[in-house]
Amino acid sequence: MSAKGVNEGSVSILIGGEAGQGLSRSGSLLGKALMRGGLHVFGSIDYPSVIRGSHNFYTLTVSGGEVHSNGDSVDIVLALNKETVLLHVDEVSPGGVIVYDEGVEISSEELGREDVLLLPFPLTMIVKEIGGPDVIRNTVALGAGLGLMDIGVEVMKAVISDVFAGRERIIEMNHAAIERGYVYAREHYADALSIELKPSGGSLDRIIVTGNEAVALGAIAAGCRFYAAYPMTPASAVLHYLISTEEVTGMTVVQTESEISALNMVVGASYAGVRAMTATSGGGFCLMTEALSLAAMTESPLVLMLGQRPGPSTGLATYTSQGDLLFAVHAAHGEFPRVVVAPGDVEECFHLTVEAFNLAERHQIQSIIITDKQVIESHKSTAAFEAVAGIDRGELEIVDEWKGEGEYKRYRITESGVSPRILPGTRRATVFANSNEHNEYGYTTSDPMETVMMVDKRMRKGSSLRAEIEALSPVRVYGPEDADVTLVGWGSTKGAALEAIKTLEGDGLKARFVQVVYIEPFPVEAFKAALGNGGRLLLIEGNKTAQLGQIIELNTGVAFENVLLKYDGRPFTPGDIAAKVREVL
Amino acid sequence: MVELSDLGTPVENTWCPGCGNFGILMTFKNALLDLGLEREEVAIVAGIGCHGKITDYVNVNALHTIHGRVLPTATGVKLANHGLTVVGFAGDGDAYNIGIGHLPHAARRNVDITYVVHDNLVYGLTTGQTSPTSKRGYVSKTSPRGSFEPGVNPLAQALASDASFVARGFAGEPHHLRELFKQAMTHKGFALVDILQPCVTWNRVNTYQFYRERVYKLVEEGHDPASFEEAYMRAREWGDRIPIGILYREERPVYRSNFPALEKGPLTRQPLEDVNLERLLGEFK
Repeated sequence: MSAKGVNEGSVSILIGGEAGQGLSRSGSLLGKALMRGGLHVFGSIDYPSVIRGSHNFYTLTVSGGEVHSNGDSVDIVLALNKETVLLHVDEVSPGGVIVYDEGVEISSEELGREDVLLLPFPLTMIVKEIGGPDVIRNTVALGAGLGLMDIGVEVMKAVISDVFAGRERIIEMNHAAIERGYVYAREHYADALSIELKPSGGSLDRIIVTGNEAVALGAIAAGCRFYAAYPMTPASAVLHYLISTEEVTGMTVVQTESEISALNMVVGASYAGVRAMTATSGGGFCLMTEALSLAAMTESPLVLMLGQRPGPSTGLATYTSQGDLLFAVHAAHGEFPRVVVAPGDVEECFHLTVEAFNLAERHQIQSIIITDKQVIESHKSTAAFEAVAGIDRGELEIVDEWKGEGEYKRYRITESGVSPRILPGTRRATVFANSNEHNEYGYTTSDPMETVMMVDKRMRKGSSLRAEIEALSPVRVYGPEDADVTLVGWGSTKGAALEAIKTLEGDGLKARFVQVVYIEPFPVEAFKAALGNGGRLLLIEGNKTAQLGQIIELNTGVAFENVLLKYDGRPFTPGDIAAKVREVL
Repeated sequence: MVELSDLGTPVENTWCPGCGNFGILMTFKNALLDLGLEREEVAIVAGIGCHGKITDYVNVNALHTIHGRVLPTATGVKLANHGLTVVGFAGDGDAYNIGIGHLPHAARRNVDITYVVHDNLVYGLTTGQTSPTSKRGYVSKTSPRGSFEPGVNPLAQALASDASFVARGFAGEPHHLRELFKQAMTHKGFALVDILQPCVTWNRVNTYQFYRERVYKLVEEGHDPASFEEAYMRAREWGDRIPIGILYREERPVYRSNFPALEKGPLTRQPLEDVNLERLLGEFK
């Protein structure tokens, strides 16, 4: 048979078992090996909020060409327990296979499908023979997967050697596990699947990263020197990565006592003059809103990543959502300009983070990078990042001594609204940043005319910001001009939408995707230009209330008759979108 | 050299005549002169309340923040530029109600900042409500039957949080307070200076007279600031006798020494462009 994944020449592998079995790690290592073999991968983890027990699974989609999301079905299930078989059997593509431990009994009634092949494997036996811990069963299963796909084990073994460098016993054991799983699959199930995965070329200087890692790398490339955060799923990995690289990057990274502390520390560091950042999820962002307002009033540039998960409240702590967009746009009291930017994949997570720092400093405002679990915890292969944007600190003058006339005015009234900034510590000057309404020097005021001048000054920064954002490809279009349907979305829906375009193309339907990247200030001109004449409009969002749709209607008058909303905590699949398109057309 | 007049600002002072804050302000300026600090070498961070106006009255670098968040903000300033002498100012509502959650963390981290708390045992700027340090039985518009709650004991809290410098001053003893400021600001690590500050408008109990009759100087009684047990005992003392001075002092590594980047000098002085992205990407290939 020929396995069918999200598109021709692709294959999806699901590895499932209990939490604590290291599935995300295993899945991403397999992804890395396949990437090194010249293929593209996309991998995502689905896990409930528990540390041990309970069902977890990692889905890896592999293709010769670029992969933007997982598909709707899987071709190979690597089941580390019976539950995985029963939970996922319905997702297996016809002719697909399920690898499971030979000690597990599964009746054909339980399976309920005749077009799926069950492949019993001596997973536990092999682990015993190797003398490894139970967790090595994952690795045996990965070897089985490689055997079924008829992909050699050398690259996978090299990945293991790299990742566990210095831990010889672990490397040896994993190598043996891979080898044994692979050989068993070739000896017993060589004909179970017929898969052809051909690298499509392109640069082989690739990396496999999550959105969290990409945001962290973007912060590093942007010269961020201070990062403070409180752990919160799904954004914690930014903190982990930045702490693990402190000695290389020279960043100072603090795990704070709360999100309140995190953003206030960032404001302090920003006032002192370094590029500073935090990241959190919705609940933590709630706690940060007062400090966000402080940053706005004191005109302290900073970057904040909001990694969404479903709410309200604790919600689904380990799942995905796009429910906090309006909150990000409006969060905190008082009126002030801000940036809200929504990367749709790992490349954008990297580049837009660099851009977010530059915008924040040039306009002395706060940039919110809004992401979600699907984009920041999923792995994607991509060309190795290169910082192209450079570092632009705007009107910041780093000098030993201030040469200006009279006393330095932190809030000097200017045409652009941006006041030239110097660092506290500059000789012959003192820098006063004030949360009270203030005059040009920073001294507190309650004078009505001074108040108006300062409000106007701050809001003028919003005008120049709006103009600059229109020039930054704030709205991106994918697919043919003369489409039957134009999909409109933001953030992680990009992945499923791009795959859906391919699926629909196979059915003879032309679809295009309009991705709103910058959402605040809303790029009205770019959005209108992007809509073009692309047939019917379909808005796709991972929330209940079509929040981007509300923003678009408010700013442009464009209303959406057709909407596809998903709020079950799971990401969109290409099939979700393709099905809706067929319904709409 | 900086002169007293250099530290002044053109802003009219709006504290009530006789407020304990005047003593704190003048003493702080004098301490800066004593220490020979230039204006640009100092950054003060203040919260919300009467005390918070201090940023308008001292011409040094200043960050006026929000209620209760002096410590994290000051920590951010200090970590970003440890060349600055950073002093946080807070009121008792600021420090011991809304912001008390930050106290143990700044203390245990041993962030190298001084934390000055204008402790008047009442809310001033919001017109006279009971504060966390108000004593049991204190009558105000929010505790008309007398406060049910025993007051927070800031010094005991700080000691329990491993603060490396814990002191109490009295706004009516400026010479003593000036010395405390100097000791606190030159202490390597987190220094709490809780200041008994009479509020002449709202607190009719804890007045200048009240304190004059009760305060005594630890240094005159042979107190050993190296002894945690003795310090804790003194921290619990409140009644006919109230101790002022340095209760506890220990030397231990400051928070900054936890960060490899800060060995090379203040972050603000480090170039932004010298990151080798290629080296980091290796792990993902």
